[in-house]
Amino acid sequence: MLSRTADNLYWLSRYVERAEYLARILEATQRLTALPIAYGGSSNEWESAVATAGCTNAFFAHYGEANEENVTDFLAFSTANPSSIRNCFEIARTNARAVRTALTMEMWDAINGTWLELKRYGNGPTSREEFMRFLRWVQESSLRFDGSAYRTMLRNDAYWFSRLGLYSERADNTARILDVKYHVLLPANEMVGGPLDYFQWSAILRSVSALTAYHWVYRESLKPWLIADLLMLNDQMPRSLASCYENLVRYLDDIANAYGRQGPAQRQARSIRTRLENSRIDEIFQRGLHEFIGGFIADNNRLGAAITDQYLV
Amino acid sequence: MTVAFDEMTGNDGALRPSYTELKRWLDEIRPDVLDYRRREAELLFRRIGITFAVYGDADSTERLIPFDVIPRILSSKEWDLVRRGLEQRTKAINAYIRDVYGRREILRAGIVPEDLVFQNPVFRPEMNGQKVPHDIYVHIAGIDIVRVDSDTFYVLEDNARTPSGVSYMLENREIMLRLFPELFSRHRVAPVENYPDELLATLKSVAPTTSSADPTVVLLTPGVYNSAYYEHSFLADKLGVELVEGRDLLVKSEVVYMRTTEGLKRVDVIYRRIDDDFLDPLAFRPDSALGVPGIMSAYQAGQVTLANAVGTGIADDKAVYSYMPDVVKFYLGEEPILKNVPTWRCREEEHLSYVLDHIEELVVKEVHGSGGYGMLIGPKADKNAISIFRSKLKTDPKNFIAQPTLALSTCPTCVEEGVAPRHVDLRPFVLTGRDRIRIVPGGLTRVALKKGSLVVNSSQGGGTKDTWVLDS
Repeated sequence: MLSRTADNLYWLSRYVERAEYLARILEATQRLTALPIAYGGSSNEWESAVATAGCTNAFFAHYGEANEENVTDFLAFSTANPSSIRNCFEIARTNARAVRTALTMEMWDAINGTWLELKRYGNGPTSREEFMRFLRWVQESSLRFDGSAYRTMLRNDAYWFSRLGLYSERADNTARILDVKYHVLLPANEMVGGPLDYFQWSAILRSVSALTAYHWVYRESLKPWLIADLLMLNDQMPRSLASCYENLVRYLDDIANAYGRQGPAQRQARSIRTRLENSRIDEIFQRGLHEFIGGFIADNNRLGAAITDQYLV
Repeated sequence: MTVAFDEMTGNDGALRPSYTELKRWLDEIRPDVLDYRRREAELLFRRIGITFAVYGDADSTERLIPFDVIPRILSSKEWDLVRRGLEQRTKAINAYIRDVYGRREILRAGIVPEDLVFQNPVFRPEMNGQKVPHDIYVHIAGIDIVRVDSDTFYVLEDNARTPSGVSYMLENREIMLRLFPELFSRHRVAPVENYPDELLATLKSVAPTTSSADPTVVLLTPGVYNSAYYEHSFLADKLGVELVEGRDLLVKSEVVYMRTTEGLKRVDVIYRRIDDDFLDPLAFRPDSALGVPGIMSAYQAGQVTLANAVGTGIADDKAVYSYMPDVVKFYLGEEPILKNVPTWRCREEEHLSYVLDHIEELVVKEVHGSGGYGMLIGPKADKNAISIFRSKLKTDPKNFIAQPTLALSTCPTCVEEGVAPRHVDLRPFVLTGRDRIRIVPGGLTRVALKKGSLVVNSSQGGGTKDTWVLDS
């Protein structure tokens, strides 16, 4: 297939995934800030949301203060933020238009329908209730798009490249949450304990839709190292780093088999997966959670660059 | 101005046979049902994303062409006449282009004036003496046809470069089949859905002789910002070929390749929907970012087929148009089956003085204009506009032609006040391959939605209809 088509498919999936992730962060933050201060509600949660979205610098270039109004606007509706939910859908749809021929009717319908409906929300919600509905809608739109891809696409390179985009983005998102929130997972904070951390922890799980999964997997009350384990090393958890890399390795192998050639992207993905497989969470905590995650984010970016070099240009 | 011929009721109000069932249906159907269907159709078009962009219209980059749900019907006898005329005209166009870039017999015979060819900006000196694969220049032609009475069809315009609109022909039919299965069951409508197959067969048939047995065809688009982008992606999808942009292609040792995830792949036939000017920055406009550097060298080496060929504009210019009946006779030795609209060439003194004297009755068109721009409709124009055109005519007569204001035929159409007659034209698509000419029955009917308006162009408020050719 055309390199440009593969590139468009890759980014189309990335942007839809990113929109969903932003909606989850906003939803979790909204919940957290609604709590009384004593339970962990605090004013800098909005700033933390901006950091989790990875756009702190861009945000403060436009706003002086990270409050609900500004952050909501910037992450969801702003046209000045290239990665706002609105722009994610906008870019996704532009990419989809450029590769109409590589999409199924259902996928096109999902992304084009989302884009058309987006206009209904104008420049932002008029109330918190409406904003919550908007966030639900964003997540449903992403589910619909992903479901259409899963159920209607031929299992060929077009599908594989779109999956690569999805899992690269997802790995990055999960790692970012951990990167911003690692301090509440550290043992020092556990000593402090108390309700503040508890609600912080549940917010982390919520933003990757893993709260229920946690209870099923560990059958324990929330423990920070188990949360880290779930999000990083547990391959049953679809948003964990391990699961993302299992998929990245698998789809890169599918591509390599179809094209009859392995390359740097395959080797890099496999080496990152092996590192995740061989890690234990207590060792990670010992050696430094923050350093581990920072290293992972950099590796994940390098894999993105390798995929681009090998296939997309 | 004479009363327009109505395709349903003729000149005298008597129902014409091909419209019997449609009339009955129109009488039966409740206006609110028709209106509901109309809105349903619009929704479908929007969801499919079948839009076009109007340049200079900053407000809406994507707009829908209004679709009228009442089909336009041609009998098989009427279509047969049109089809034969189209074949003949397209053959003549191909022969003419080949001649102009070759032996120039028609110029030497004094049938078409030389300056009309050589001073035309769309004339491509690069094509002089250049052989093209299988001697075919115009693989895809869109010939605009209007009708003035029960027997007379005129060719209004030849489009020999990159005619568009065929996606509407196909989508209109799909939507009609979805919305009105009952109406179809009352008619025997010739299908159009095989157009993409016919197009692909045509394109494969003209591959260079150096290519493999199964040549690789691609569709070259200027990109998502082009007004016809939807059509490009639609066609590529139906054809099952890659939709490429200039940056996806590159030329190495006079062979064209596309960049794929598996490396470079050779391309044999390019259905290009990009103008000559932008095709190759090395040969034409150096500032073109849309084209492929070196593609002309590959073309000249006979390593790739461009459809349509470079330089075909010399055949569809409005000034050359008036010579087309003579062109048909010159190459084929036949009388033209489809007539031209009577045309005054302002470059000729007698014609010019006639035009200046009768400007209020005439349509004056710029030779190089398109899309309904740069023209004056005498009977509708105010004094000021007329005097502006008068002076334009006097300063640069060569740049204009004039035609009588035709009473274009009308068809029943859904408008605000119900069902009413509106003027229509027809753009059938003619495919010329190495083996034969293929024409799918029908084409794109465009309709002027404003009462009395004769301008059917989508950029100026025209709509489209499904065109039904009845099987005998």
